[in-house]
Amino acid sequence: MPKSPSPAKAAKAERSASPAESDRRGRLAVRKTYKLYIGGAFPRSESGRTYLVDGDNVALASRKDARDAVVAARKAQTKWAAATAYNRGQVLYRIAEMVEARRDEFLALGVAAGELDAAVDRWVWYAGWSDKIAQVHGSANPVAGPYFNISAPEPTGVVGVVAPASFLGLVSVIAPAIVTGNTVVVLTATPQVAVTLAEVLATSDVPGGVVNILTGHAAETAPWLASHDDVNALDLTGVADPELATELERSAAGSLKRVVRPPADTPDFTADPGLRPMTALLETKTVWHPKGF
Amino acid sequence: MSFLEYAPAPESRSVVDIAPSYGLFIDGAFGPASSSGGVFKTVNPASEEVLAEVASAGAEDVDRAVAAARRAFGPWSALPGAERAKYLFRIARIIQERSRELAVLESLDNGKPIRESRDVDVPLVAAHFFYYAGWADKLKYAGHGSDPRPLGVAAQVIPWNFPLLMLAWKIAPALAAGNTVVLKPAETTPLSALFFADICQQADLPPGVVNIITGAGETGRTLVEHPGVDKVAFTGSTEVGRQIARSVAGTSKRLTLELGGKAANIVFDDAPIDQAVEGIVNGIFFNQGHVCCAGSRLLVQESAYDEVLTALKRRMATLRVGDPLDKNTDVGAINSAAQLARIRELSDVGAAEGAERWSPPCELPAQGFWFAPTIFTGVTQAHRIAREEIFGPVLSVLTFRTPDEAIEKANNTPYGLSAGIWTEKGSLILAMADKLRAGVVWANTFNKFDPTSPFGGYKESGYGREGGRHGLEAYLA
Repeated sequence: MPKSPSPAKAAKAERSASPAESDRRGRLAVRKTYKLYIGGAFPRSESGRTYLVDGDNVALASRKDARDAVVAARKAQTKWAAATAYNRGQVLYRIAEMVEARRDEFLALGVAAGELDAAVDRWVWYAGWSDKIAQVHGSANPVAGPYFNISAPEPTGVVGVVAPASFLGLVSVIAPAIVTGNTVVVLTATPQVAVTLAEVLATSDVPGGVVNILTGHAAETAPWLASHDDVNALDLTGVADPELATELERSAAGSLKRVVRPPADTPDFTADPGLRPMTALLETKTVWHPKGF
Repeated sequence: MSFLEYAPAPESRSVVDIAPSYGLFIDGAFGPASSSGGVFKTVNPASEEVLAEVASAGAEDVDRAVAAARRAFGPWSALPGAERAKYLFRIARIIQERSRELAVLESLDNGKPIRESRDVDVPLVAAHFFYYAGWADKLKYAGHGSDPRPLGVAAQVIPWNFPLLMLAWKIAPALAAGNTVVLKPAETTPLSALFFADICQQADLPPGVVNIITGAGETGRTLVEHPGVDKVAFTGSTEVGRQIARSVAGTSKRLTLELGGKAANIVFDDAPIDQAVEGIVNGIFFNQGHVCCAGSRLLVQESAYDEVLTALKRRMATLRVGDPLDKNTDVGAINSAAQLARIRELSDVGAAEGAERWSPPCELPAQGFWFAPTIFTGVTQAHRIAREEIFGPVLSVLTFRTPDEAIEKANNTPYGLSAGIWTEKGSLILAMADKLRAGVVWANTFNKFDPTSPFGGYKESGYGREGGRHGLEAYLA
């Protein structure tokens, strides 16, 4: 039995036959080159490697690319975390606007209309959290003594993410990480959609380095993130292979990274995410000061 | 000799009755270890006198303890929160009633001054149970979901520096949330946990809800790797924390870790120097420096260096080192021969690497494990004594010029548990507090703890919080 083509392949086949690919006046269409997204730029893989995904040559990220992405993420992190919550909220809202604007492009890549709507709405939902999470997740602590004592969340730092395959899944792991001031290095196995999202991010006032996207094989690149001492947390939501997940978690213990394990069941990204996707990547800082005249 | 002479003022040890030997506390009763276990001795580190012989739990004992906790979990988690709360309130009250006994016991087994066990450790233990007792019937308001559930059986392994207090930090939130526990105290300080088992009996706590198994590292490893536990909570060294994190990888066990630290205590030139010096002393000599959040790196602004160092040395000369049961003692005994060897080794490395070592004139008792309060000046960030946790009364002094430099140096460590700031300038405190990568920041104070106040680290100091509303998250699904 012939294998049924992937939605992206089917969509691409449709595009080829449509005026967009080769217009009626015989003009040849200009195709997109799918590259990595590191530090706000779109470099090819340092290794020079590409691989074929649904007819497109896509950059195949290497260990060096992963390390470069961590450097870019670290460089961006302090400033992104220091941006006001109001500012980060507006940037996330801007991402929602830009995804909406590129609607047709995502649909053409095979993202279902309902999923696209949910993804836009998810950016909006998280945009609103930027200046509320500290109020919901922090506390004023009534200690038994003359002290001012307050606990507030702070971003954990640089987060390595193995993204789930779907577009909504991709958004659902990036947004909760960055809204609180983390920066991310995302490994994706759905390059066309992810790189198109990178183009959205590049035009949404997201500072370079806040989101870095590496296309390729998680089994090859994720171990370098898991063992990297300058990565603070590892989100394994998109790891389907339990053995790989265990190996990555074990490796992450080397520098005591916070680890988000893969979900036990197939995740329903349309459900209310709750606070945990954000709180799993937050630290709590408690500050004491004496009171007195 | 110190310029202040004090007559000895020993606390009476008659208030505590230590049995010659102790078994394991499993399923509500004390019993000997199985053939897979053994026995070990616990000594008073101030005299090297053997206090008691204690059972060492083997694999079969761990199995029995986990099975008892599993059996108890169903009924305990099904109890109305208000009923669980009353057990915890009852325990808090018994701790208050037996506080002098527990304080003397803790000082005997650990070596810490009675002033600390009496005024800090034991009151905080009671407060911790009292605080979490009140959460047991209010969990849905804790911000961890509208229908929070307990995890099951919690395996808890605690260190020797605050034996009973660390037990309280582990057991109180676990029980309030509806979990049952198997707790292993440290090998060198098992007694207060065994007395706590007696308190559980006195409180009529249902059998199996709390199980106390004693033993060394191997017992702890067997416990955390046991397939029957749902949750692992560990306080101790970063190295063991790493091993535990590796061992739970690929399981569904939840994990919280409270590990080492190398805290910067930052003194600006406008700080009230006398108060800052008290804070420095409290930061590093409290509990003989056996404190994961100790202010072990002093960062002094260059312009205040001479003044701070002169005042610090003067103050250190008044510290009284000696009998932990003497109410005038400031610095007690080092907890074990092994820890003393570690402190000596790193201090020797500090001197060999070129830092200048200073201790006040100080007579140390002939018996027991002792180390004089020590500071090293001329320390650079590359020195091992500026990077590694010594876990003893040893302070490394570094300098800085600008707030940015202080931040840079303070954060230049894989740890991130705590930090201190001393300045009269409020805006500087807040800006510094924002930039320090540490879970607890003490401004114009140090080493303060409270059950309502979340405690825990960034980076390699571990993850999860203990204390406060945040502390419940570790025990809820």
